[in-house]
Amino acid sequence: MSGFESELLAVADRVVDQARSGEQIEAFVARGGETEVRVYQGDVEHFVSAQSEGIGIRVIRDGRTGFAYAGTLEESAIRDVLAEARDNVQFGTVDEWAALAEPDGVPVTQQELWNDHLAEYPTDRKIDLAKELEKLASGADARVRVDDSNYADAHGESAVASTTGIRTSGRENGCYVSVSTLADDGEGAAAETQTGFGFSVGRAPDEFDLDRAARDAVDRATRLLGATQPPSRRVTVVLDPFVTAQFLGVISSTLNGEAVVKGRSLFRERIGETVASSSVTLVDDPTNPRAYTATDVDGEGLAARRNVLIEHGVLRRFVHNSYSARRAGTVSTGNATRGGFAGTPGVGCLALSLVPGRRSQAELVADIDDGLLVQQMQGLHSGVNPISGDFSTGAAGLLIERGAVGAPVREITIASTLQKMLLDIVEIGGDLEWLPMRSAGMSLVIRDVMMSGT
Amino acid sequence: MIDTDVLERVLAGAVANGAEFAEVYAEDKRSTSAGLDDGRVEQVSSGRDRGAGIRVVAGDTTGFAYTSDLSEPGLAAAASAASAAASRGGGGVRTVALTRAAPHRPNAVDREPDSVAKAAKVELLERMNDAARSFGPEIVQVSAGYGDSRKHVLVANTDGVLTDDEVVRTLLRVSAVADGDTGMQTGYQSMGHTVGFEIFDTVDVEQLAREAARQAITKLRARPAPSGAMPVVIKHGTGGVLFHEACGHGLEADHIQKGASVYAGKVGEQVASPLVTLVDDGTMPGEWGTLGFDDEGHVTQRNVLIEDGILTDYMWDYLRARKEGRPQSGNGRRQSYQHLPMVRMTNTFVLDGPDDPDDIVGSTPHGVYVAKLGGGSVNTASGDFVFGMTEAYLIENGEITEPLRDGNLIGNGPKVLADIDMLGNDFAMGSPGTCGKDGQGVPVGDGQPTLRVKSLTVGGTA
Repeated sequence: MSGFESELLAVADRVVDQARSGEQIEAFVARGGETEVRVYQGDVEHFVSAQSEGIGIRVIRDGRTGFAYAGTLEESAIRDVLAEARDNVQFGTVDEWAALAEPDGVPVTQQELWNDHLAEYPTDRKIDLAKELEKLASGADARVRVDDSNYADAHGESAVASTTGIRTSGRENGCYVSVSTLADDGEGAAAETQTGFGFSVGRAPDEFDLDRAARDAVDRATRLLGATQPPSRRVTVVLDPFVTAQFLGVISSTLNGEAVVKGRSLFRERIGETVASSSVTLVDDPTNPRAYTATDVDGEGLAARRNVLIEHGVLRRFVHNSYSARRAGTVSTGNATRGGFAGTPGVGCLALSLVPGRRSQAELVADIDDGLLVQQMQGLHSGVNPISGDFSTGAAGLLIERGAVGAPVREITIASTLQKMLLDIVEIGGDLEWLPMRSAGMSLVIRDVMMSGT
Repeated sequence: MIDTDVLERVLAGAVANGAEFAEVYAEDKRSTSAGLDDGRVEQVSSGRDRGAGIRVVAGDTTGFAYTSDLSEPGLAAAASAASAAASRGGGGVRTVALTRAAPHRPNAVDREPDSVAKAAKVELLERMNDAARSFGPEIVQVSAGYGDSRKHVLVANTDGVLTDDEVVRTLLRVSAVADGDTGMQTGYQSMGHTVGFEIFDTVDVEQLAREAARQAITKLRARPAPSGAMPVVIKHGTGGVLFHEACGHGLEADHIQKGASVYAGKVGEQVASPLVTLVDDGTMPGEWGTLGFDDEGHVTQRNVLIEDGILTDYMWDYLRARKEGRPQSGNGRRQSYQHLPMVRMTNTFVLDGPDDPDDIVGSTPHGVYVAKLGGGSVNTASGDFVFGMTEAYLIENGEITEPLRDGNLIGNGPKVLADIDMLGNDFAMGSPGTCGKDGQGVPVGDGQPTLRVKSLTVGGTA
């Protein structure tokens, strides 16, 4: 977020000006607000409207780091935060690489992250959007009920300044609608309920596609009705775009420069080697304005940039912030992440995508004899170990039989290892879509995945 | 934190437009955390979070606003934003008279976090790092974290409730990476209690670290986990998450009232094996999910949810209990003043059964023994749930044999509850957990004796 001269920058400047000799100081100041509307059966179930603000201060002295934050911008609280951060410095271990980011001269690719139309959008229209989405989703199929229908928006401005010459500020806003559905079928002991969801995101509500969100939610829930547990076997899987985006999120943690320098990446020491099938080119590009997480600067205030991580299957680059880069003997790739004022910058991909192929999902499916179209994964946080590479998640979807989508299946897991799955990628679909997460989705075909059922 | 007469005026103002109910939830939290990684104490961090959330209910509509400004004008502004969202168009002056509830402090805290030197907190991390690294040459990386917090919570509402509570938490975690010919493996241990630093008089932090190191090294010789449905034995004090997912979430009254749970309409019915008695108890001294009052100012209590396999009751918060015209159960919780409360678990556990744990393994010809579970998740409407295994072994001819690589298990709640065919007599509480629901995380505890599920789908590759 840069280019908007936030008054928060003055708050950050005042903190940085207090640096003593031999001290590096960074102040990150943020302020924001949100609206959240939930509708149920035609009425507003809840309406949340709120503002928050805060500051995080990092102090580095003689190779030791201390940090403190507070959820307020009161002058006295800011004084306390600086004092606490300074006090915390003495307990850190000396680290020769500890230092703040320094301006690196890489030009900023400006992004349009603020939308005046959203900022002025009237409250009652926000409520109407959630009501309309509920109506669309509940009217489409007699078996479908709506669990909740939501509108949410958020706006925020932030500033970061440091004694090393970083000085940037900006603001952004965005909004989304989402709907959760329940589809019921059968009676008595055979009664079953399946769930679905749909959403639409935008910089402003006029970018929403409510019909698509409702249709997705209805399709996802009804498609799984009557699902059974199939026998265990090895299959070719086709990941739905949303599932692929989640999968890329897991892959991104193995390409994280901090994991690499601390010996926790299974791809460490493999730059220049083939780690994926030749169809795979993986790019992190937050300067692409179509990405939901597009940004012009990273969490340390350096310009965001395009980084090719895997090129035609060959590992080219890890992502770094200034600390991990210094340790790795390289320069920051502009991949500092920051979750807010309550933490220090980490490392991560900002807007990850595979370079898409050309064919549609239906064309990909047509080539598969015995497969599984994975519609949802469950338990990515519990069954995937990005350090060992073991991959195992709950799944539900549709069997693929002789080139056509067939019966629904559930209560299954799909398993392999991350290393093997990258090499087993058969084809990447052409159906790229940017989703409200740090990666894009498209259909993805991976062979030889274990499907566990009965 | 806020004077009683200010609270009374703010609440009266919040319902001046005819709303039936208003509530102020205020917190002042101070926290300290320290992280060690790669042999270095990377940073000690201090935090201060302070603010209030104001909720106004009119009919079935809830308005909510929060602020970090605890002055009377700040609170009044938030109250007005919340009540505008839940407007009834009615009116009239209502006075609110608050009565302070007697303190309820299940957690006796001896050494407040603020009274302990930061150096003593950091030293724990260094001791864990040394213990894990000296456990074996295979250990190539260790990270350790310490966290404590002291949260002062005040809840006041237009029913006259006024509660004041202080919650202290102390948490320690350690993870180890081992490297060998088969690649890298990981081990993880954690400990968390709602008490102060005195916990370290009794907890052996080196042992915790050695345990993480042992797990990682053991898995270096792990073989791929099997695939498909088979008997699964779960070690005591590690599998509480199974019940948390298999039925805990499905017994939350918000899911029940929306018909989004497989357990809706089943009170009085057999929903589990007769061996199973499931309890949610927010009053267990020192446990991770324990509170004096829930986050709506209702005193916590012990709730029996399933007794001998029969469903006895759901868990309730203010809104869902009001709708049903019944008492709350002390399960209204929220992540912070920036969040709306909803129905949540506290400490959820299954009571002891009749079996000797050794007999449970001994009478299993073939299956999987899970010695440590990871997280899990559930779809309450379909009942399908998953949970990860981070330390598991094969059972062959009634004996625990080779270690297995990590994976998920998947099952369907009602089916799995009915399939519990052996339950041990060795109850133990498990590790501290963070339960996520609708974007909010709250601390929860769980526990169970060693048990066997007749058939669960193991998500391996072999």
